[in-house]
Amino acid sequence: MQLTGNLFASLSAILGHEISTLPDFPAEIRAPQGTLGGVSGFQVALGSEVYTPGDKADVIVAMNSAALKVSTMNKHYHEHAIIIVDTDTFTDKDLEKAQYKTNNPFEELAIPETVQIVPVALTTLTKEALTNEQWKMENGELDNKSILKCRNMFALGLICWLFDEPMDEAIHLLEDKFKKKPALIAPNTKVMVDGYNYGQNLALSVNQVRLEAITKNQAHGRYTSIAGNKATAWGLIAAAEKAGKHLFLGSYPITPATDIMHELAGRKDQNVMVVQAEDEIAGVCTAIGAAFAGDLACTSTSGPGLSLKSEAIGLAVMAELPLVVIDVQRGGPSTGLPTKTEQTDLLQALYGRNGECPAVVLAASTPANCFDFAYEACKIAMENMTPVILLTDTYLANGTGLWRIPQLKDLPAIHPQGVPEELKGHFNPALRDERGVRYWAYPGLEGFEHRNIGLERDAEKGTISTNPENHEKMVLARKAKIAQVANRIPDVKVQGNAQSDTVLVGWGSTEGHLHSAADQLNCALVQFNYISPLPKNTREVLSRFRRIIVCELNTGQFANYLRSQFPELKIEQYNEIQGQPFAVERIVEYGSK
Amino acid sequence: MEASEFKSDQYVRFCPGCGDHAICMALQKAMAQIGIPTHQVAVISGIGCSSRMPHYLNTYGFNTIHGRGGAVASGVKTSHPELTVWQMSGDGDCLAIGGNHFIHEIRRNVDLNVCLFNNRIYGLTKGQYSPTSPKGFVSKSSPFGTVERPFIPAELVLGARGTFFARTLDVDMPTTVDCLVAAQQHKGCSIVECLVNCVIFNNGTHAWIADREQRAEHSIILKHGEKMIFGANKDKGLAVEIDPQTFVPKMIVVAADDPRVLVHDAQQQDPTLHRLLALMGQDRIENVNAEVDNELPIALGVIRDVKAETYDEAVNAQIAEVRGKAKAKTFDELTATLESWEM
Repeated sequence: MQLTGNLFASLSAILGHEISTLPDFPAEIRAPQGTLGGVSGFQVALGSEVYTPGDKADVIVAMNSAALKVSTMNKHYHEHAIIIVDTDTFTDKDLEKAQYKTNNPFEELAIPETVQIVPVALTTLTKEALTNEQWKMENGELDNKSILKCRNMFALGLICWLFDEPMDEAIHLLEDKFKKKPALIAPNTKVMVDGYNYGQNLALSVNQVRLEAITKNQAHGRYTSIAGNKATAWGLIAAAEKAGKHLFLGSYPITPATDIMHELAGRKDQNVMVVQAEDEIAGVCTAIGAAFAGDLACTSTSGPGLSLKSEAIGLAVMAELPLVVIDVQRGGPSTGLPTKTEQTDLLQALYGRNGECPAVVLAASTPANCFDFAYEACKIAMENMTPVILLTDTYLANGTGLWRIPQLKDLPAIHPQGVPEELKGHFNPALRDERGVRYWAYPGLEGFEHRNIGLERDAEKGTISTNPENHEKMVLARKAKIAQVANRIPDVKVQGNAQSDTVLVGWGSTEGHLHSAADQLNCALVQFNYISPLPKNTREVLSRFRRIIVCELNTGQFANYLRSQFPELKIEQYNEIQGQPFAVERIVEYGSK
Repeated sequence: MEASEFKSDQYVRFCPGCGDHAICMALQKAMAQIGIPTHQVAVISGIGCSSRMPHYLNTYGFNTIHGRGGAVASGVKTSHPELTVWQMSGDGDCLAIGGNHFIHEIRRNVDLNVCLFNNRIYGLTKGQYSPTSPKGFVSKSSPFGTVERPFIPAELVLGARGTFFARTLDVDMPTTVDCLVAAQQHKGCSIVECLVNCVIFNNGTHAWIADREQRAEHSIILKHGEKMIFGANKDKGLAVEIDPQTFVPKMIVVAADDPRVLVHDAQQQDPTLHRLLALMGQDRIENVNAEVDNELPIALGVIRDVKAETYDEAVNAQIAEVRGKAKAKTFDELTATLESWEM
């Protein structure tokens, strides 16, 4: 289903629609099919001015009776939706698996009459397509299992017809998708085209949806659709090339971050080195080793892994080495909800280390700008000799959006911290430039030999020191170094109705949902990507509004952070912690109160 | 090069009489003998007495966090295989908190030179038992004696498919220097177990071989290609005997002129003999109070030194190979391969 969804999203994007997707799948790899726990979904919104995958669907494709039940119970569609269901999955056994009590699921679920149900025997029609004599003669015979695997493509064809998306472009995409398994191209194409023709020829009593084909909001340029994790990986690649550094990733598999490692492991053509370490701690420590040796060093993880890396991130803070830590947040605490989204690692990123241990914290807000903020994280890390924690989440990582492909020359310059030649022969690791940033001398450079430490160091000599005044001086120096990063980041912007006395405030991946909610509420939106340090104009901007509603997918971590920074502001909060992105309508309902 | 070139300007703060002083001097000598310039050498450590070592060596150094020196060192060497990378660690740092990194750097065969300072005690935290303390050992954290079975480092190294293992003793400077130089010459993960005395918390832990009068009788210095002869009068040799019932091989002491005396082959891929040699005398740790009357000597010197591909070479070779064949080598070339459209 994820493949079908991705193909449809890519196709829509190629045809000039804006897209936003939300894959939603169980944590189990092969969750029992047909059961309520095994339902895997893929939500896509398309059209113009698309900011979110949407609260409720206009069209639902239910591949089995369990999916129909889950979608209905979770109110995934609105009252005038079209539901395409595979009627071949309504046998007594299927209904039992999906825990129906009667043999009439539609009645049992009390699906409103305004919903248009389109029953299609998807399984039967797929079998017919691939077992008819002519097809067999031309393409050979397929086993039953392979035939059933093509069932999703019938649905894809049908959806393409419904949204008037041409088959030739879809076939082209399919061919590209299966180019490494060419045997799959013919059967999948055949089934998809049959699905399309089924819609057209049988003249389903459903109106086709015609969407405005050209997006209005996008700048001129070359576009593709990209998932957040891939965009993150590519941001690192671009930054390394721009900075003239080798890219090193030390990582350990963890949902939902692993795709970043997968992508980079495949990018040896770009000179990327990936060490799949023995554990999360080794992931970050090998990266710290690479940073010590002069590379652009990164580690990717999710919340539980960030916990394990805490001590080592503290080492990078103390040793003042550049390090990019990507935390693709998931539902927590502990193992929590590994495949679901949440914004609950904010305070861990800000404060989750021993000692006074400040680091830069950034958050991406769309799948495509994961690229920009991964790039920015590398730039800040190398220019300021500090760990940077980039927060994304399941929603961004697996979701896709339109990405305007940049050229390397158009990306901001990166000037990694170096070491002045005149320090040769008398270098020490405590020496700082006028910004308070220490110099980056690494093995191989003659005359800059030094000993770096996780122990406190003397502010002048760079050697171990337990002197009380020195420690305080160093704590403040490290804090000041992070604070001065604010001089180099852009102001936060007011979106939406700036004249309103109400502002929705968010950070990271909620931007799309809050944008839609602010539109509907006719109020302002302030969305943060720079969390620590905050943009310099934060206080001034927020104090313009009478009602400040901080909306986030946790119990109020950013709200409390803002309260601690700006105690004079009266901050209201709206929170959801369900492992799902916001529902716009609920924010609007809250905001209208 | 001169040993003095590898001395840093830092005052050495090991306790007076600590075995680490000797290893520190041996390291400076060995590094000078090896002759790699100071700026191409990185010495990485974790936490513990021995992990202070980088401060006293005038190379690039990084005194990291407890147990993680191996992981940091692996990152340095893999990303920059042109550097010479040493790791300084102790029995707590390497075998307890850092145990996972230790076995994996060995398994991967990262080209590191690892000094494992084994004093069978936690010194810097002031005297708790360690994973190598003998069973029954009384310490601050085991006032009634430990009930744990200890590690034998050599067994761990061979179990992790180690390609180099040497053992040396703080008071034997020539053997220590030889082992350190051999560790550097070995391409792969070289473990040098340095038996060091903790004069404060575990004084005399290696007295069995450290005492000058006993050393010749209780230890053997193995040299590749040489007969295994030991004793103050060089009158004893080592041979292998196979138990006819169980087929279990064991080392035995025979007369030096016995034709069964073995010639040491450190380069033999099969680790069976290396294991037998490395385990000689190690049953002394099974019980701290037992009077072990074992005539087998403790093996010092390079016990195992076999060839195998290193991780850092393999990683870099694969990148070079893929990049050599790749069409898209830059970011702009890469994005040009994307399915995309103009708007």
